[in-house]
Amino acid sequence: MMEKKIVIQNETGIHARPAGIIVKEAAKFKSAITIEKAGKEYNAKSIMSLMTMAAKKGEEIVIKANGEDEAQAIEALTNLILNGLE
Amino acid sequence: MLKGIAASSGVAIGKALVIVDKEVEIERRTIENVEAETTKLQNAVATAKEQLEKIKEIAREKIGEDKAQVFEAHLMMLEDPEFIGAVEAQISAESICAEYALKQTADMFISMFESMDNEYMRERAADIRDVSKRIINILMGIETASIAEIDRECIIVINDLTPSDTAQMDKEKVLGFATDIGGRTSHSAIMARSLEIPAVVGLSNVTTTVKTGDMLILDGDEGVVIVNPDEETLQKYREKQQKLIEYKKELSKLVNAESITVDGRKVELAANIGTPSNVEGALKNGAEGVGLFRTEFLYMDKDSLPTEEEQFEAYKAVLEGMEGRPVVIRTLDIGGDKKLPYLKIDEEMNPFLGYRAIRLCLDRKDIFKTQLRALFRASVYGNLKIMFPMISGIEELRQAKAVVEEVKNELKVEGIAYSNDVEIGIMIEIPSAAIVSDILAKEVDFFSIGTNDLIQYTVAVDRMNEKISYLYDPFHPAVLRLIKMVIDNAHKEGKWAGMCGEMAGDERIIPVLLGFGLDEFSMSASSILKARKLITSLNYEEAKKLADEVVMCATSEEIKSKIQNFVNR
Repeated sequence: MMEKKIVIQNETGIHARPAGIIVKEAAKFKSAITIEKAGKEYNAKSIMSLMTMAAKKGEEIVIKANGEDEAQAIEALTNLILNGLE
Repeated sequence: MLKGIAASSGVAIGKALVIVDKEVEIERRTIENVEAETTKLQNAVATAKEQLEKIKEIAREKIGEDKAQVFEAHLMMLEDPEFIGAVEAQISAESICAEYALKQTADMFISMFESMDNEYMRERAADIRDVSKRIINILMGIETASIAEIDRECIIVINDLTPSDTAQMDKEKVLGFATDIGGRTSHSAIMARSLEIPAVVGLSNVTTTVKTGDMLILDGDEGVVIVNPDEETLQKYREKQQKLIEYKKELSKLVNAESITVDGRKVELAANIGTPSNVEGALKNGAEGVGLFRTEFLYMDKDSLPTEEEQFEAYKAVLEGMEGRPVVIRTLDIGGDKKLPYLKIDEEMNPFLGYRAIRLCLDRKDIFKTQLRALFRASVYGNLKIMFPMISGIEELRQAKAVVEEVKNELKVEGIAYSNDVEIGIMIEIPSAAIVSDILAKEVDFFSIGTNDLIQYTVAVDRMNEKISYLYDPFHPAVLRLIKMVIDNAHKEGKWAGMCGEMAGDERIIPVLLGFGLDEFSMSASSILKARKLITSLNYEEAKKLADEVVMCATSEEIKSKIQNFVNR
């Protein structure tokens, strides 16, 4: 299992649209992927789960992946959340 | 006769089709074969997916990409492992039927979303409800009277219409619709107007009063539904319907016509818009430009300021959509009555006279600069004009223009492209600005008269106060004199003058505005063709004479009767 800690950068945080983008990216990987915020884990392949997480700008999250492509998954999602959600 | 809210213009005459949406009772049944029940669920989800894909396609064609997005969200919910996965887990853990497990899971998510502190998220609960109802209906084999499958002409009578209902409506078959609930701005009313189907909403008990097969007259302008009318009434409404159809036909011929008087005076008829998705409707109604793009939507219903990138995309979309036609974008007009929770502005005694619009922007230069940067970056994609709201005198104009220069210099240093032809104008909505408009005209490229506020400030009438609403009078001699003065002062400096308040689309007063020499009339898109029909029938030289007489009148009654006589001649 791999994990990475990041801070949400985009102004509006993870709302419906960004959540949809993350889910589509996460679905490309075989690994189980979760995002942890404030001690609670959310499924990165579930739009409803991510929406209820409601992460805001400046909040810290941990991306966790477990599976054969975990390294690629972590890299792709970190990149997306830090740069690709505007 | 049933009285409701006029939601979408037109008269429909035809047989009623009453669609009753029954609340289905879902029992907690225990099952023997978990595997079979899970397969049943998966099949139902697959069927729901097929249905939604179809609806999404239909919606995309009929109502546009933008409004079809909601079905994309529905599809993602169907593919959500947490949602469907939770239902499957419940089926196997408790050996219960799929519909009950689904209902339990959906209810849990719905209450989770409903308790969130963001209104947008709370509304997503309605989407979960819509999606889960679709699957439950499939699971239980409930035939929903599908609006897509209507095979004969009818007037739909229903409690309320969901987005999926309206998106599937066949305009050839659905003559109109009547609902129990809803208001003028409810989802179903907005959809009816964009599909141009006559509709009356908020009738409270139409589904119980009307039976399928009843003869109905539905008048979407008066907001009434008449059940089983006599021959005389039918005849009356058939004539009205015919007249409306002919009038609409005539109007539609004017979509690509110029707005030019019989003696050759050409003006611009533009649209007021609130979001990029309004561009389509503006063009369909023959707009020659956008005279007012309110940018507030970018700032509302969220918990932080919009980024430069977000704004850039919106401005670019409008500029590109208008294909080189002029687009006047108004900088942020917020504060006072229109609050942004994340800005934390103190309560004010008189919000309309308070910290708002350009006053706020000059104080919070960070907000202003972000918007101007986005505007100038977008300027290379079309014909952009920028307008500042609530300017009261020359100092504010100069300060705002200094920020514009600052932003342009920054972009230049950063090597980011922008257009050098962006006109800078101001809204004239405060009497002080109107009075010194000769001075202001020297330092702007154009004026746009905001009549809603100008009337309110000129006659000191709170337009929300019903007790004194009679004072809110666009025919007030003082208001008309101010308007004339502003237009004259613009023309003396060789600048153009437009108007973006409700008055610009008011057929009762357009002859006078034309006579004053107004160059651009900006109104809601649905008024443009009517205004064009009127203007193309008028004579400019005669309108000028009318305008000269009108400003000498003592009362608004005199003014009204002068205009009336002019039009009826």
